[in-house]
Amino acid sequence: MVIFSVYVVNKAGGLIYQYDNYVPRSEVEKTFSYPLDLVLKHHDEKVIVSFGQRDGIKVGHAILSINGVDVMGKNTADGKDILEYLKDPANYPVSIRFGRARLSSNEKLMLASMFHSLFAIGSQLSPEVGSSGIEMLETDVFKLHCFQTLTGIKFIVLADPRQSGIDALLKKIYEIYSDFALKNPFYSLEMPIRCELFDQNLKSALEVAEKAGNFGAGS
Amino acid sequence: MKSNLKLFCSHAGSSAAGSCWRQEAKMTVHNIYIFDRNGSCLFYNEWNRKKQAGISKEEEFKLMYGMLFSIRSFVSKMSPLDMKDGFLSFQTMNRARETLQHIYSNLYVELVVKNPACSPAPSLDSELFCSRLDAFIRSLPFFSPRAA
Repeated sequence: MVIFSVYVVNKAGGLIYQYDNYVPRSEVEKTFSYPLDLVLKHHDEKVIVSFGQRDGIKVGHAILSINGVDVMGKNTADGKDILEYLKDPANYPVSIRFGRARLSSNEKLMLASMFHSLFAIGSQLSPEVGSSGIEMLETDVFKLHCFQTLTGIKFIVLADPRQSGIDALLKKIYEIYSDFALKNPFYSLEMPIRCELFDQNLKSALEVAEKAGNFGAGS
Repeated sequence: MKSNLKLFCSHAGSSAAGSCWRQEAKMTVHNIYIFDRNGSCLFYNEWNRKKQAGISKEEEFKLMYGMLFSIRSFVSKMSPLDMKDGFLSFQTMNRARETLQHIYSNLYVELVVKNPACSPAPSLDSELFCSRLDAFIRSLPFFSPRAA
């Protein structure tokens, strides 16, 4: 089983550390003739599929490369608008690679602060007295586990839904954070963590957790 | 369930969160929200709700819908893979899914959608639906409130 990524969010909702442990690649390359049988649109400086799923190309996939050359956002490598380029029959047949768009660091910052407020709303709308915020959020392809320390720092781990032992992993990450980030004299509180020892220890903790917890009861 | 309707049910969850959702003895049904695709709350009922949100119900429905809407977009961006169903639940138990499906297909569709007298919006006023839903929730094996 796998652990996808780790986020550390400070008490103000700022992302202070992010690590992608495993990014599954679901990419499809296909050669198209004119006219294109997919509906494409601009979205967040990317060109994504808005209609027409086929051959593993899904709605929401972004164009990653055209004729083997990586695209630059919504433009082709030589600066032309992708949608304009694909409108021209002279450019066909064309080979396009589609896949899930990778998150930019800005998007990661945004998602981290979004989770920060979702966490707070979750606890406000709770029907029980003294409830914490979201500790586990489940989807069909991953589970998000969140551990908030008493000082308000949130450690977030995205893992396969079947991965077990995440509670222990979150505690371990907290320990690594206190040992290698907080005890580092060059680290200023609430700021992004850039410590090599923190990186190394986190990576080995993830490896240990992946090996140890497969299909265990509960997570 | 196709997306013109969102059901959201608060189950379990207590101060000692984290571990409680695994202990079935502690389960109960707190309350239920039914939202339409535009975010207006069609139906709300509560059974064992210990804490009110401290805002008016109208505000609470907006906040709840906003949270669910944001979670859906959050989850779809955060996901490392393509998803089929997307967001399922947070901090809850697995059986809630079947329960919600049942409420949608056997109660909502049967008693509201198939009832020509019941207009689809803005809120559900079918007495039959309310009483059946109440009876169904009360019959759930994990309904009985904890001795608090």
